[in-house]
Amino acid sequence: MLEIRNIHKTYNPGTVRELGLFDGFSLSVEAGQFLSIVGSNGSGKTTLLNILCGSIPVDAGQILLDGQDITRQKEHLRSRRMARIYQNPAMGTCAKMTIQENMALADNKFKRMNLLPGTDKARIPLYREMLSELGLGLENMMQARAGSLSGGQRQALAMTMARLAPIEFLVLDEHTAALDPKAAEVIMELTDRMVKQHKLTAIMVTHNLRFALDYGDRLLMMHQGQAVLDAAGDEKKALRMENLLSLFNEISIECGN
Amino acid sequence: MLTSFVATLPSTLEQGLIYAVLAFGIMITYAILDFPDLTVDGSFPLGGAVSSALILAGWGPLAALAAAIVAGTLAGLFTGLIHVKLKVRALFSGIIMMTALYSINLRITGGNALLSLPRKAVTIFRNNPLADSLPADLRVLIIAALIVVGLKLLLDGYLRTRAGYLLRAAGDNETVVTALGRDKGNVKIVGLVLANGLVALSGAILCQQQRMFEVSMGTGAMVLGLASVIIGLNLFRRNEKVRITTKVVVGAILYKVCVAFAIAAGLSPMDMKLVTAALFLAILASGTIKRKEKAHA
Ligand SMILES: Nc1ncnc2c1ncn2[C@@H]1O[C@H](COP(=O)(O)OP(=O)(O)O)[C@@H](O)[C@H]1O
Ligand SMILES: [Mg+2]
Repeated sequence: MLEIRNIHKTYNPGTVRELGLFDGFSLSVEAGQFLSIVGSNGSGKTTLLNILCGSIPVDAGQILLDGQDITRQKEHLRSRRMARIYQNPAMGTCAKMTIQENMALADNKFKRMNLLPGTDKARIPLYREMLSELGLGLENMMQARAGSLSGGQRQALAMTMARLAPIEFLVLDEHTAALDPKAAEVIMELTDRMVKQHKLTAIMVTHNLRFALDYGDRLLMMHQGQAVLDAAGDEKKALRMENLLSLFNEISIECGN
Repeated sequence: MLTSFVATLPSTLEQGLIYAVLAFGIMITYAILDFPDLTVDGSFPLGGAVSSALILAGWGPLAALAAAIVAGTLAGLFTGLIHVKLKVRALFSGIIMMTALYSINLRITGGNALLSLPRKAVTIFRNNPLADSLPADLRVLIIAALIVVGLKLLLDGYLRTRAGYLLRAAGDNETVVTALGRDKGNVKIVGLVLANGLVALSGAILCQQQRMFEVSMGTGAMVLGLASVIIGLNLFRRNEKVRITTKVVVGAILYKVCVAFAIAAGLSPMDMKLVTAALFLAILASGTIKRKEKAHA
C-alpha cells in the first residue's frame, strides 16, 4: 500500500514565480490497484509522480510504502521497487546501446555490476521471446541501437526492460502521449497485460480520457493540486465519457481526445 | 619537406602511440561518460612527476608506472567527489583539481620544475632485457605499441562487462542508471578514476621515453587528447563495426602525423599550439557527429 500523506509543494518559494501546487494533498493506493490520473495541464500530475519517485523533494508531508516512510529515500533506491515510464520514449533506454545491450542492462538490475560479461548469452533467447510478444519485430533487430527505433518501439522496449526485473510499482507519465494512435493502442494494451500478469500496483497519468475509462480500476481527476474526482470499483465502471468531459469542462481547461 | 617528414615518421608514430593512452582516458570521460574533465591537464604531468621521481629514487620502471596510475586514479577520485558530493559543476571540478595538481606535482618533484633521468636509468624503453633485445631504432615503437594494444584489449573487455555497460549507460542516459537502482554519481566517479589513471599512465610513459619531466607538460593535454578522440570518432563516423578504442588510437596517431606534417611544411615548433587549435577547429567545423547524436538523445 502506498500512502501520500498531507504533502505540500511550492515551486520557487519567495520569488515572483512562486507557485503553490500542493497544499495538503493526500492519496492512498492499495496494493494491486491500477489508478489512472487525468487532469488539466499544470495541475501537478507530473509533480506528484516526481515526488512519489523521489525525483524532487516535498516541502512537508510523508510518503509511506507498506508503512515504511520513504519521504527522504533517494530516487535510485526507490527504483528498486518501482519502474517508471516517461512521456518521452527516449528516457527509458540508452540510445547508443543496442536492443540486446539495453535488455541485458535491465536484466542486471539486481545483480552486482562487476566484471562478468554484460550480456549473459544464455539469457538472449528469453530477451528475444519477451520482445517477440510485442509483435513489433524487435526480436529480429537485437543489434540495432535503441536510438534508431521509432517512439513506439522505444517505449515498448523500455516497458519490456521494466518487466525483466521484478518490481511492485509501475509509474506511467503520459507514456502514450508522444506516440501515434496505433502505437499508443499497442503500448496501452501492453501496459494492461503487464500490470495484470505481474500483479503490479500501477499509477498512470494520461491525457487520453478513453484509456482512463477503459483501463484500470480507479480514476482520479486532478485540478490545481487537488482531486476533483476519485472513483473506484463500480463507481468507476459506471463513469461515462460524457461525465468526464463535462467535469473537465467545468474545470475549464481544454481536454484531451 | 617530405623527406624531413618521413625522417621523423618513426618518432611521430611513437608519440602518437604514447598519446593514444592519454586519448583512451579522454575517450572514457568525453566520449563515453559525456563529462568535460579538465583534471587531465594536471593528471597527465602528475603521472610523469610520480614516475620520474620514483625512478630517481631507485624504483623499477613498471612499479613507477603502477604508482603513476594510482596517483592518477586518486586525482580522478577527487574530481569526482568534488563534482558529485559537493555538487560543483563538472568543468569547475576539473579546473580546481588541475590547479591543485600543479602545486602537488611540484611537491612530488621536490620543487623542481624539471626532472631528467640519466642515460643509464632503467625505464620501460631502456636498460631492461626486453628493450635490449629489440633493434635500437624500433624499440620505443614496439614497446609503446605493445602497451597500447594491451590497453586497448583490456578496455574493449571492460566495456563489455556489467560495470562497463553501466558506465556507458551513465553517459548515454542517466535516467536509466537511476532506474536500475544505481547511484549515477558513483558511476561517474568510477569513470573519472579510470580515465585519470590512464591519463597519468600516459604522462608517465612519455616521461620515461623522453627521460624528462617538465612541470608545464600538461598544458593542452586535454585539448590534444580531445582532438585525437574527435578525429578518430569522425573518421569512422559511419563505421559501427570499428571499436571505439581502435578509432581513438587511429585518431591519436593521425593527430600527431598532422602536427608533424605542419612542422615539416615549415611551421616553427613555436606554432605548435596554433596548429593544434586550427586542426581542432577544422575537425569540429567539418564534423557533425556531436550535433547529430545530441539530436537523437
Ligand atoms: N521544476 C519546476 N520548477 C518550477 N515550476 C515547475 C517545475 N515543474 C513543474 N512546474 C510547474 O508546476 C505546475 C505543474 O506542473 P506539472 O506537475 O508538470 O503538471 P502536469 O503534469 O499536471 O501537467 C506547472 O505550472 C509547471 O509549470
Ligand atoms: Mg505532466
